[in-house]
Amino acid sequence: MTSTAPIPPITGTVTVDLPVAEAFEVFTGSITSWWPHEYHIGRVDVAEIVLEPGVGGRWYERGVDGSECDWGRVLVWEPPDRVVFTWQINGSWEFDPDPGRASEIDARFTAEGPGRTAVAVEHRHFDRLVGGRAISDAINGGGGWALLLAGYAEAIGDRT
Amino acid sequence: MGLLGDPTRRAIFELLARRPCSVQELADQLPISRPAVSQHLRVLRDGGLVVSRAEGTRRIHQLNPEGVTALRAWLDGVWGDALAGFHKAAEAAADSRTDPEQET
Repeated sequence: MTSTAPIPPITGTVTVDLPVAEAFEVFTGSITSWWPHEYHIGRVDVAEIVLEPGVGGRWYERGVDGSECDWGRVLVWEPPDRVVFTWQINGSWEFDPDPGRASEIDARFTAEGPGRTAVAVEHRHFDRLVGGRAISDAINGGGGWALLLAGYAEAIGDRT
Repeated sequence: MGLLGDPTRRAIFELLARRPCSVQELADQLPISRPAVSQHLRVLRDGGLVVSRAEGTRRIHQLNPEGVTALRAWLDGVWGDALAGFHKAAEAAADSRTDPEQET
């Protein structure tokens, strides 16, 4: 597995007009206000997306029917500088309890002057997904992948 | 990576995510011609997102079963939207903490 060519991480940076502590708070405590709700894995529409504070905190969606669907766990919790959490979704777009197959999201918050913060996000360890057959099975069989993309397509339609 | 930056290619990618299709089946669901579909498929195939196989007399196209490349390409777009959303939410938070009298 370790001999597989690494898949490059996804990186992105945004700069916001907030002090570091508040940028961290919006990113973590108000994730439901900014994470596009169409990107989810549950069977019903999303009512809320939650990232629980602290190491071991859950990242999950709550559906409009009250059902909950896990997405990952907090690995590093260093407010207001850094948070790392797993995106523990397998190829069938279900929660995968094995952290050995999890990709990771690392967000770092750096002051760029008073009241201004750069937020750098890295989503990495896609190579950990290579070992499982689940993703290829999902792509061949539809299922969760198709459900998620249908939501995505709808969102794009709304925008145009 | 830009492969899914083109709206038509993204639409083809999303149709193939639902199920493997022939060029004709794709063309039936899109407002473009068969040759145009083929051209986009070639780009997606060269980029490693799509693979093709013969099935009788037809060629069937599907997302690359290796999957991770396709997943990463798609997630790239998810993050683009997510960070744009975060920026917007942060701006709203910044507005609400600033006294409008003192702004500008």
